[in-house]
Amino acid sequence: MVPLSAYVAVSAVLFITGLLGVLIRRNFIIVLMSVEIMLNAANINLVAFSYYLESMAGQLVALFVIAIAAGEAAIGLAIIIVVFRGKISTNVDEMNLLKW
Amino acid sequence: MVLVFFTYFALVSIAAGVLTVALKHPVHCGLALLTLLLHVSGLFILLNAEFLWAVQLIVYAGAILVLYLFVLMLLNLKTDDRYLHSSYLYFLVPAAIGSLYVLALLVRSPFGGAKGDAPTVAVLQDGDTYAVGIKMFSDYLLQFEIVGVFLLGAVIGAIVLAKTPKPITDKRAR
Repeated sequence: MVPLSAYVAVSAVLFITGLLGVLIRRNFIIVLMSVEIMLNAANINLVAFSYYLESMAGQLVALFVIAIAAGEAAIGLAIIIVVFRGKISTNVDEMNLLKW
Repeated sequence: MVLVFFTYFALVSIAAGVLTVALKHPVHCGLALLTLLLHVSGLFILLNAEFLWAVQLIVYAGAILVLYLFVLMLLNLKTDDRYLHSSYLYFLVPAAIGSLYVLALLVRSPFGGAKGDAPTVAVLQDGDTYAVGIKMFSDYLLQFEIVGVFLLGAVIGAIVLAKTPKPITDKRAR
């Protein structure tokens, strides 16, 4: 029997990996991939708690998280295409159009 | 046996996550992300969530990752020499210390709580898909509809954003 804290630990490690990816990578597409890692970590957490606390709600929320991840990927990649068309760069440091 | 599978899936998914963040070429990062998604779906199987396993394979590995690889192929990226943020060491050290602290807290805590209304035996009797469906179309119907509207908005937004802009003087020139 695997304890619940093992699942939560895996989820925490993955989440921190994704957070580091968002913070230190400079390619916009890799940043979006790191966001997917973080969403997956949250899903592991939700499903693990749903199993150990014997409730269905966690799996349903995980399902909604997957749907929102799909929408986020579509919009994010469309934004990348727009930016790439104008500036020929996907480096996040060079995207400062909205900077005050 | 479950412990062996859990160890395998957990270690490989963590390794794939680290590779996704650390690899240089974006296509390699995408393939590492695919490995991560497949092994996370293996964790879902261990947790009796076979419906989410299927959704993870179809939506994540089948749709989202293909979208990423398509965009990578369209953009024809060149790999930069400096691919990390210039001051990434300032993030790395606090992240390592903080994660060790969080892990120490997690391993010690018992995570007790009130049990819900879906015990494992009842879920295994009819299957996870049945349980998810019954719950989704009774208690979570409003959220389900909202997610549908959200996805429609995302589709329309993606099309509008990625469309080639028409030149404004097109009509007047004719």
